Amino acid sequence: MSAKTLFEKVWNAHLVRPQTPDTPAVLYIDLHLVHEVTSPQAFTQLRERGLKVRRPDKTLGTMDHSTPTTPRGADGLIPVTDVQAAAQLDVMTKNCTDFGIPLYQLGTQNQGIVHVIGPEQGLTQPGMTIVCGDSHTSTHGAFGALAFGIGTSEVAHVLATQTLLQNQPKTMEIRVNGTLHAGVTAKDIILAIIAKIGVGGGTGYVLEYTGSAIRALSMEGRMTICNMSIEGGARAGMIAPDETTFQYVAGKPYAPKGADWDAAVAHWRTLPTDEGATYDTLVELNADDLVPMITYGTNPGMGMRITDRVPDPASLSDYSAKVALDKALTYMGLQPNEPLLGKKVDVVFIGSCTNSRIGDLREAAKFIQGRKVADGVRVMVVPGSQRVKAQAEAEGLDRIFREAGAEWREAGCSMCIAMNGDQLAPGQYAVSTSNRNFEGRQGKGGRTFLASPLTAAATAVAGVVTDPRTVTV
Amino acid sequence: MEPIKRFGGSMVALPINDIDTDQIIPARYLKVTDKAGLGAAAFSDWRYNADGTPKADFPLNQPQYQGAKVLIAGHNFGCGSSREHAPWALMGAGIRAVVSTYFADIFKGNSLKNGLLPIIVDEPTQQQLISLAQEDPTAEVVVDLEAQTLTLPDGRAVTFPVDPFSRYCLLNGVDQLGFLLGLDDEAKAYESAHPARVLTTA
Repeated sequence: MSAKTLFEKVWNAHLVRPQTPDTPAVLYIDLHLVHEVTSPQAFTQLRERGLKVRRPDKTLGTMDHSTPTTPRGADGLIPVTDVQAAAQLDVMTKNCTDFGIPLYQLGTQNQGIVHVIGPEQGLTQPGMTIVCGDSHTSTHGAFGALAFGIGTSEVAHVLATQTLLQNQPKTMEIRVNGTLHAGVTAKDIILAIIAKIGVGGGTGYVLEYTGSAIRALSMEGRMTICNMSIEGGARAGMIAPDETTFQYVAGKPYAPKGADWDAAVAHWRTLPTDEGATYDTLVELNADDLVPMITYGTNPGMGMRITDRVPDPASLSDYSAKVALDKALTYMGLQPNEPLLGKKVDVVFIGSCTNSRIGDLREAAKFIQGRKVADGVRVMVVPGSQRVKAQAEAEGLDRIFREAGAEWREAGCSMCIAMNGDQLAPGQYAVSTSNRNFEGRQGKGGRTFLASPLTAAATAVAGVVTDPRTVTV
Repeated sequence: MEPIKRFGGSMVALPINDIDTDQIIPARYLKVTDKAGLGAAAFSDWRYNADGTPKADFPLNQPQYQGAKVLIAGHNFGCGSSREHAPWALMGAGIRAVVSTYFADIFKGNSLKNGLLPIIVDEPTQQQLISLAQEDPTAEVVVDLEAQTLTLPDGRAVTFPVDPFSRYCLLNGVDQLGFLLGLDDEAKAYESAHPARVLTTA
């Protein structure tokens, strides 16, 4: 047997039919996560063709994108005042009921962002294939699963057949050795990677993150990294499972138990890339060189060290890159060579499938504890799931945020996607722990600086973009 | 699905790199449960003023580009989210092919499933097409999926790659789901050889 990568092992183990010159491979899908925004047209297609969902027992629905994160009413329910969103959520409920799919309804104890609930339920396990009609499905690759976003046509394919047509992607190793300095986090690693390879650099590839700095990360940090693989153009990112992974999965509601657990772990230990296996491309970073990162432009590749100055289009030789940077700076209202440190912000958003897990909230709370949010800054803290919310409340984190003057909200995608009432006003600046700084992503005309939860928390207190390393906790 | 073999049409250029799916259709338009009417939302934030009136300087609003079928874009078109609403919106706006030097993977796959052709060309050809579209809005190109060629107004034909399976489905007007449904026995065999470790209904 020739040496294989983690990706090749998972890919090969799920081939219902191998790729031929005329047809893509047919992959079996172990887990299909479904949400209200990208699934309705797929269910319609099933109805039109008289098809059933082949494996409702390998499918799970949740509500996250178009859901409000506003406080509950006296009835204990989260009110949905947007008529269109309410109709979409009703359709989701009807579809899951009609087709027998388990659904985490808005506001119920397990509901949350689709990429937060899979791991926290233990549904996400090493070696699986996981898909969802959402590009940040790459998150689940942190467990050594092959996980990627699909379109609505493909949602219908998986609903109806539990399989998917895929051409085999290339592989890219992203090796991060060294040790992170204090104040530098997983988010800074991935923002540095995307700044290096560019927003399209991973197109056609599955990424595997390797190296001592990756091994040293918690599962939450690894999820943050894999989550943003798509922002470098890669549909999937993976990290080989290890003891950290097993410890995280152990005891979760859907984790294997007893003898099944032992068998599962024995299998998971066979998944890491073999000695001598080769990747199509290698990218290397040294964690010792990294500092907190921030984006200045309108795609996640436009990132820099927080201590740097905004780049000057005049310094670029490529014409289209110059035009792109010029356009981005105009939208962002920034000048070439301007520092971002000290830049006044209007909003700080701590949340999204990138950074809304309990560890993210603990880090941010540690910074904010005993301090006040700066005057004139709106700080929104949005837990990734109802379980994260409950855990944070049990630890008193909600009190820390509230007492500092931040908003503590219900679980959901919130201001990451701005289709649920949470959004920036035109021209506002936000430091955001989310994943996309595209024009209008957080509200039409809104301007986003992507950064880590630590940088977001430091900025919330100072009211201006702040390097978390300069604040004593 | 209607088979797609060959069509001609005029072009409209958006020579911007990394046009993401949030620009193609902003998320606030995704609260729908069908595909109808999304064409009006295509490039909404670039296309309309705050009061909803069309921006006169945006190419898709200009009279000379009405009816354009081929969109010529900068590098890396369609990056970002997996929303299939992006090709639905473009097709709703009358676009049948997008030309770029490369496309984001998910967007490309979504487009091919809907009959929107992502046409990959080299940079000189992309630049030539941008200039042509800007200088002569009546200039037409011909897309031939069977031959995998894009023919420029000067008669030069450039070939473009298409995944053979997508090409087969589009030429014959069949969708990919039918193919997968035909593999039911193979899926069953896979399932019996690979018992599930995780069941959501457990």
